Amino acid sequence: MSSFLSYLISGISLGSVYAIIALGYTMVYGIAKMLNFAHGDIIMVGAYMAYVTFTGLGLPPIAAIAVATVGCTVLGVLIEAIAYKPLRGASSLNVLITAIGVSYFLQNSALLVFGADSKTFTSLVNIPSVSIMDGAVIISGVTIASIVTCIIVMVVLTLFINKTKAGQAMLAVSEDTGAATLMGISVNRTIAITFAIGSALAGIAGVLLCSAYPTLSSQTGAMPGIKAFTAAVFGGIGSIPGAMIGGMVMGVVENLSKAYISSQLSDAIVFALLIIILLVKPTGLMGKKIQEKV
Amino acid sequence: MNMKSKKIRSNIITFGLVIVFYAVMEAMLVTGSMSSLMKGLLVPLCYYMILAASLNLVVGISGELSLGHAGFMCIGAFSSAVFARMVGDSIPGGAELFISVLIGAAFAAIFGFLIGIPVLRLRGDYLAIVTLAFGEIIKNVINAVYLGVDSNGVHVSLKDVKSLGLLDDGEVIIKGAQGIGNLPRNATFTIGIVLLLITLFIITNLVNSRQGRAIMSSRDNRIAAESVGLNVSEYKLTAFVISAALAGVAGVLYSHNLANLQATSKNFGYNQSILILVFVVLGGIGNIRGSLIAALVLTILPEKLRFFNDYRMLIYAIVLIVMMIMTSAPKVVAWRKMVAEKYFKKSRETEAGGKTDAKEV
Repeated sequence: MSSFLSYLISGISLGSVYAIIALGYTMVYGIAKMLNFAHGDIIMVGAYMAYVTFTGLGLPPIAAIAVATVGCTVLGVLIEAIAYKPLRGASSLNVLITAIGVSYFLQNSALLVFGADSKTFTSLVNIPSVSIMDGAVIISGVTIASIVTCIIVMVVLTLFINKTKAGQAMLAVSEDTGAATLMGISVNRTIAITFAIGSALAGIAGVLLCSAYPTLSSQTGAMPGIKAFTAAVFGGIGSIPGAMIGGMVMGVVENLSKAYISSQLSDAIVFALLIIILLVKPTGLMGKKIQEKV
Repeated sequence: MNMKSKKIRSNIITFGLVIVFYAVMEAMLVTGSMSSLMKGLLVPLCYYMILAASLNLVVGISGELSLGHAGFMCIGAFSSAVFARMVGDSIPGGAELFISVLIGAAFAAIFGFLIGIPVLRLRGDYLAIVTLAFGEIIKNVINAVYLGVDSNGVHVSLKDVKSLGLLDDGEVIIKGAQGIGNLPRNATFTIGIVLLLITLFIITNLVNSRQGRAIMSSRDNRIAAESVGLNVSEYKLTAFVISAALAGVAGVLYSHNLANLQATSKNFGYNQSILILVFVVLGGIGNIRGSLIAALVLTILPEKLRFFNDYRMLIYAIVLIVMMIMTSAPKVVAWRKMVAEKYFKKSRETEAGGKTDAKEV
């Protein structure tokens, strides 16, 4: 029982990180209608930034987190302006290939700068671990930090979208780009803001991910990125609560199947679950049903 | 010139180019003017071209975005490798390879069919992510499978070699993540080119047939196609299964070019599927000849860039981004049209490269 509980809690923690990454995917998809394949690599860049600030320069953890977040925000906006903006209006397949190009670019730049050997990431989270049930279950500081960050991000993002003008503009653009333009909303600026938020979240996710799983290489972001993307689709791409639920379910299922079924097959089980959900509900758990017009 | 003879001429050019390519490569081999690096690339070039052409059938002709093509290649590779190991030296190499191709194609087609039925109900990006997930599942499962043969028949396990319970005369064929060893390595460039020509023959025939036109009309307007009585799902499934079978053939070529076959994220992961998709998109969606050329150029390019060492993949990434912006950014396309009009006096619609009017996915 206690081991089940600790697997469950670490699953929720992993799920929180997936959820934070998935939010970035889902917002960009909802507004720019593109699959940003480079999102996972922004996580990796964020983790490297934190690594350099903390381990390399010896600055305090809070500075490292700030550098990762701000650095990723700038990076995300730059990528959008240079690679994606010229292609607005082009076929979505072309945009997809460009995103793949950006992904290769980030991975290989990191490979050039930091070398092929993976670095050991020192955890930036110095919250003491908590033991519950008379010490049978120990919850680590990173776990607490991931779950709390995830809840904060969720609340702030919901407030931002519903209460601010920029958030309302994002909703309008995702609903109908043409009508939003006619209402005087700058679509380009809204998309840039979306990329900024998504990339900032990726930076935070990078720090949390590497604090929990301390190996850092140029490939670090790829698999979590793909899984978070699956989580976003699972929950219904374009939906923010969907991304949260999707991330949580993915994290928990992955951890439990690793513990109880087979560590080798855990990825296969997660992906199979996605396929089953999509077959039952083709737009994901919370996705909107789109009526086809003749 | 009417449509029909135009199509025939286009097909002849495609086949001619492949044969010229073969002749040039063979001439270079005979005269000994080919580097060993290039020799090692000949068979990979063949299977990449088969993969690109077959994925174009799904992405370009049928208009569905699939990111799981490497999964079908993986099935073809492993099913044929298991067969090759089982028959061993009991039949001649040529016959073994011939049957292997059939087996690889058949297994990949069966999986294509089983996956295609539920998956093709999904649209666009959802289909993309499900096919991606499928490819990853195949790779993961094959990495966990142990398969052995003894006089009692075939044993399969998901745990380890011991749990296969083989008799003394038994032999382990698939050793989990270690894959399959001792393969015949009997694929040659000539066989690769023959398989490529067969692939092209199948695809061009399908595209120019009644069925092919039905597939394309389902792509261009699903509702209109349904309203004239076409069974859209059936046509899309046909294209998907044929494409899967051809990817299986490429997998056979792949496994018969190696002594050791393993399923890693490099050869059968989603990165491989994406690489094949890059061939298709850069070559021009729906343009079979274009995807062959793109596969050729993009396979040789990273090798030729070797003197840049660490920078080569970075250059590849930049080339990819710049090519995409140059060929399809609306402003660049408009600017090129303007330049073309100014200097050549007439606007050429085909200037945009490939078929830019291909449907959105």
